[in-house]
Amino acid sequence: MADLTTDFLGIKSPNPFWLASAPPTDKEYNVRRAFEAGWGGVVWKTLGAEGPPVVNVNGPRYGALYGADRRLLGLNNIELITDRPLEVNLEEIARVKADYPDRAMIVSIMVPCEEAAWKAILPRVAETGADGIELNFGCPHGMSERGMGSAVGQVPEYIEMVTRWCKTYYDRPVIVKLTPNITDIRKPAAAAKNGGADAVSLINTINSITAVDLDSFAPEPTIDGKGSHGGYCGPAVKPIALSMVSEIARDPQTHGLPISGIGGVTTWRDAAEFMALGCGTVQVCTAAMTYGFKVVEEMKRGLSGWMDEKGYRAVSDFVGRAVPNVTDWQYLNLNYVTKARIDQDACIKCGRCYAACEDTSHQAIDMSPERVFTVKDDECVACNLCVDVCPVEDCITMERLPEGAVDPRTGRTVSDEYANWTTHPNNPMAQAAE
Amino acid sequence: MTSPLTPGIAAGRLPAEEIARNFADLHPAYDDHEAQVAADRCYFCHDAPCITACPTDIDIPLFIRQIQTGMPEAAARTILEQNILGGMCARVCPTETLCEEACVRELAEGKPVEIGRLQRHATDSLMARQGHPFTRAPETGKRVAVVGAGPAGLACAHRLAMKGHAVDLYDARDKPGGLNEYGIAAYKTPQDFAAREVEWLMGIGGITWKGGQSLGRELALETLRAEYDAVFLGVGLGGVNDLGVEGAERDGVTDAVGFIADLRQADDLSALPVGRNVVVIGGGMTAVDVAVQSRLLGAENVTIAYRRGRDRMGASRFEQDLATSKGVRIIDNVMPVAVHGNGAAVEIELEYTAERDGRLEGTGERLRLPADQVFRAIGQSLVPVEGPEMDGRKIAVTGPGRTSLDGVWAGGDCTAGEDLTVVAVAEGRDAAEDIHARLTA
Ligand SMILES: Cc1cc2nc3c(=O)[nH]c(=O)nc-3n(C[C@H](O)[C@H](O)[C@H](O)COP(=O)(O)OP(=O)(O)OC[C@H]3O[C@@H](n4cnc5c(N)ncnc54)[C@H](O)[C@@H]3O)c2cc1C
Ligand SMILES: Cc1cc2nc3c(=O)[nH]c(=O)nc-3n(C[C@H](O)[C@H](O)[C@H](O)COP(=O)(O)O)c2cc1C
Ligand code: SF4
Repeated sequence: MADLTTDFLGIKSPNPFWLASAPPTDKEYNVRRAFEAGWGGVVWKTLGAEGPPVVNVNGPRYGALYGADRRLLGLNNIELITDRPLEVNLEEIARVKADYPDRAMIVSIMVPCEEAAWKAILPRVAETGADGIELNFGCPHGMSERGMGSAVGQVPEYIEMVTRWCKTYYDRPVIVKLTPNITDIRKPAAAAKNGGADAVSLINTINSITAVDLDSFAPEPTIDGKGSHGGYCGPAVKPIALSMVSEIARDPQTHGLPISGIGGVTTWRDAAEFMALGCGTVQVCTAAMTYGFKVVEEMKRGLSGWMDEKGYRAVSDFVGRAVPNVTDWQYLNLNYVTKARIDQDACIKCGRCYAACEDTSHQAIDMSPERVFTVKDDECVACNLCVDVCPVEDCITMERLPEGAVDPRTGRTVSDEYANWTTHPNNPMAQAAE
Repeated sequence: MTSPLTPGIAAGRLPAEEIARNFADLHPAYDDHEAQVAADRCYFCHDAPCITACPTDIDIPLFIRQIQTGMPEAAARTILEQNILGGMCARVCPTETLCEEACVRELAEGKPVEIGRLQRHATDSLMARQGHPFTRAPETGKRVAVVGAGPAGLACAHRLAMKGHAVDLYDARDKPGGLNEYGIAAYKTPQDFAAREVEWLMGIGGITWKGGQSLGRELALETLRAEYDAVFLGVGLGGVNDLGVEGAERDGVTDAVGFIADLRQADDLSALPVGRNVVVIGGGMTAVDVAVQSRLLGAENVTIAYRRGRDRMGASRFEQDLATSKGVRIIDNVMPVAVHGNGAAVEIELEYTAERDGRLEGTGERLRLPADQVFRAIGQSLVPVEGPEMDGRKIAVTGPGRTSLDGVWAGGDCTAGEDLTVVAVAEGRDAAEDIHARLTA
């Protein structure tokens, strides 16, 4: 069995699966049960400053996007940070950490953007014995209206400033949690690094309205006839999160900065993908909220099974291995020529590839009266749409034309030399290849 | 107390509640969520094979997508525009040999999208509100006589009425519906669905029901041709084929269709007599229906005796499996030779058959089965209609149901083509369109 033990910023956990700061980590009762269920660590639900806690709405907090069979694909929430008193949370954190010394215990914090506020809370968090803190610069609703959460996360200068305060008043690892509600994720990541952050975690939730009630004409979730945008999470956000993670992982300014990956992690495979893009741990919220704490069991077994198959003994063996393969479009090999191939034995004759290609692509699929579908190589641009819409896995595949073959679409002979846009004759900015 | 073991033909072989349970819905309705899940399985195929396989050309992927987007009533409109008896067809169509056989998921995994049940979900949703979904065009002043109120006649009458023509709907029976009302197995259309559907269909307006009038008795085709602008014949197959073996006249030897009609009209199924040992001669849907329903009424032994191999039976594999699951025994490659008894039937004598050069012959080997009731289910035949030319044993038609007589159309079982409810609907509808084109030319 592969070893799932993770060392992230010197914080050890028995596996890389942490629960993200959210309702699953809201209180002692949940976190104890999560640890019993096998989670490697938790990021405690975000704490606010001393004093009367925030209040949540008393109507629905969540909105949902469903796939087939009411499968939850996306979840939206308008919940705020913890609505329980600071002292209660701190006492609970200390108790739980003492009982589970082998698990990662990170405390998420969001206090006003003033040095005094951070200076006040940090020593108290340190006293709990927690392994580190996570700065919540991500919450896109409610807290941002009060100048916190994503209101800070959208201004790199603030991130740098607050991170620096934390590094001054707290001596354990500081993780900065980033908001995706920004144009270029590399900027806040670099700011965190400049401020001395030990790591970044991302993504927090994305501004969203999941639906509009067509009777009341109100956005959902609806509170007394009105709705507000909330934060989107769950399987639907994974592609966005992966892309943002990859940007940070490959940018020279932030390359090597440890990352805790968050956003739509639902299965071991999602986790492995985040890790391949450079994440040392992953954090999970929606999957636990959908299926309960037990999902971690599938993630652990799945990941170690895959590692065994591949011969990886430790997670560090594959963390970051996909990063070198993320590049810019301009560096993609334009001499890589493929054509769609339809396996006639596997084909069930639904005709979706035909409709897709004929109506919306390149008219490259022929349909016979007997519903036999074949690719016209002289039209196929290899866009892959037919593969994506085909309901049968591996029925349509993309086959590479070998060197020396003639692409019937372009009439050109396929070369095995790498050549990209930067050197292409159609590119007005092309430089001659050396 | 009678029981399945009571000798002879007797009523009340099972307690009334058990009979009621036995005759409950064969394919219970989906609830909303089940329908959504089932609808999600549709691939929305291009030029979908299921549409081609449906004799009424319902746009199946479209209506399923409408269910999936939460609009079952709009889905029903899509269905009913093509097939006004979409509710009945959803219940009685042998989908396993029609749309569902063509479904690509049948090819892919042997589990087609359950088109029939989805169609029922849609049509039930719409009909639950009663109210008729279509409106009638302004009166054209044209009058059409439709003879026969089965699926063919009803579809024809509805389409004509919708186009604004005035329809007189004649039928020899007291109730409209044809075999929907008198023939289809009770467990496929419980809760008086056939009658409710006809009433709902009539909601279009412009159709006058004229029951108890029989062509050839009260009505003459020549008179109808003179009085109306057009005539449609949808008289089905009123005759039943005879057994033609020794002893076929004995008590207990009955016609299956007549028995089913009695069953469908019975207020109290526990008062309907059935044999202890029932033998059904035939291999089509009627044979399966009478056999299964005999079992459900409490017959102890029910056997279907079919003269060719199982693969040649008119009843689909699904229907055959339904029969065997209800405890019916199917013996293939046997033909009846004689019905023995002393007045009433007691035993049937069968001979094994073999096919030689395409011809069926007895092998000489025989077997006897106890039989106090023998059902003839070896096909129905057209009661000859005077006037139009015949094509073999059916009324000859060309194109959309045009007979050899000017101004007379025909469709459904009385013309060539598969004898199915949905085929009758398609033919009635198409004839109506042709009549309309003629009347408005
Ligand atoms: C027992 C049985 C079970 C069946 N089960 C199925 C099934 O599960 N699924 C399926 O798709 N099909 C089934 N069928 C076939 C289906 O019922 C027929 O194909 C369909 O009803 C044909 O419709 P039709 O309108 O042509 O004729 P019918 O339904 O037979 O209607 C003809 C109408 O014309 C009337 N009529 C007849 N002669 C005259 C006359 N001289 N004057 C006035 N009126 C007249 C009759 O009273 C009747 O109302 C079954 C048939 C039988 C017998
Ligand atoms: C109801 C709810 C409350 C959340 N509250 C917080 C919070 O207090 N602090 C925080 O940093 N993130 C919060 N999040 C964001 C999650 O920690 C996580 O970043 C996000 O849900 C993406 O991960 P997922 O796709 O696994 O759910 C919350 C998410 C949800 C659904
Ligand atoms: S790869 Fe694109 S262009 Fe080629 S056949 Fe498929 S859909 Fe058409």
